[in-house]
Amino acid sequence: MLDRRELVKDLLVGRGNLLVVSGLGAPTYDVAAAGEHPLNFYLWGSMGCAAMIGLGLALARPKDRIAVITGDGEMLMGLGSLATIGVKQPRNLSIVVLDNRHYGETGMQASHTNSGIDLVGVAKACRFKDARAISGSQEIEAVRRVLHEGDGPAFVQAHVEAENLPRVLPSRDGVDIKLRFMQALTGLA
Amino acid sequence: MDPTVDNAATWPDAIYVHFRRARIRQVGYVPDAGHSRLIQRCIDDPDIADVVLTTEEEGVGLVAGATLGGQRAALLMQSSGVGNCINMFSLIKNCGFPCLVLVTMRGEFGEFNPAQVPMGSITEESFRLCGFLTYRIENPDDVDEVVGAACDMAFDGNVPIAVLLSQRLIGRKVWSK
Repeated sequence: MLDRRELVKDLLVGRGNLLVVSGLGAPTYDVAAAGEHPLNFYLWGSMGCAAMIGLGLALARPKDRIAVITGDGEMLMGLGSLATIGVKQPRNLSIVVLDNRHYGETGMQASHTNSGIDLVGVAKACRFKDARAISGSQEIEAVRRVLHEGDGPAFVQAHVEAENLPRVLPSRDGVDIKLRFMQALTGLA
Repeated sequence: MDPTVDNAATWPDAIYVHFRRARIRQVGYVPDAGHSRLIQRCIDDPDIADVVLTTEEEGVGLVAGATLGGQRAALLMQSSGVGNCINMFSLIKNCGFPCLVLVTMRGEFGEFNPAQVPMGSITEESFRLCGFLTYRIENPDDVDEVVGAACDMAFDGNVPIAVLLSQRLIGRKVWSK
């Protein structure tokens, strides 16, 4: 079982121009805790659409790499988007689900993955080229490489401890988050 | 293709011309009879990424991602699909994303299916509550001017806007066994 903060921090080491979309709740705090970066698009709501923001970005920026880092509850709300992504087959898009099997933000109620609902199986059925589950720290480096150079679409279900860690709160101003991101992207040319 | 919809009507081509003019590069849609001619134009255009969605709300995320990545996007949906989007529209409002939605209306003119009426009758008001400007088209001759204005409002005026293509414009769906 992985420590979610350590995992996200390790995945974003040497991130370069990786574009990151974080799902609402703990994944947004985890991405912020790994280090502020203008190419982070933090979500605070819109539950279920993180993967689709990733797809829109992947289609618009085919030469860049996009990583969506989200939670099991958020992913479950947008399972259909995995089918939509499977149709388009974006090579530059990875989705990392930090699966703690619970809705941490609302009081640690069990999520569907707690009953054995298999997200990797769903991703495989939706034609993700690389769909894997990880639970040990020795697997993190391989996933980091997938985010940067893997042949996507890639899907990673990371089994993480179910714990509520201290919140690390980035900006909640949507316009601010958007403008920072877009200005940084313009700088990349 | 739905044989009950008049696919020979050419007003969807006027919308497509404006998509090209406005440099729209991503179009998200749920398959729809009234939009079928326009959808096919987008599929046939190598400069436009056509994204078939499982539910309309996915399209709101697509628009956000496209905009963040520097591209313009449009969504095509039926009035019933607007209700699926409402919470996702928060993202458009909170971040100030432009958003262009073209809606084929049901449940408002000679509708045979009662299931289409509740959402069709609150579509325009729902958009307004979500912070969208709405334009409504009844006459095929108005499509060019109104959709052109909607594209400019969305991407130059930077506002979310919905164009409602009335059921009378699209043609009443003929129900047959």
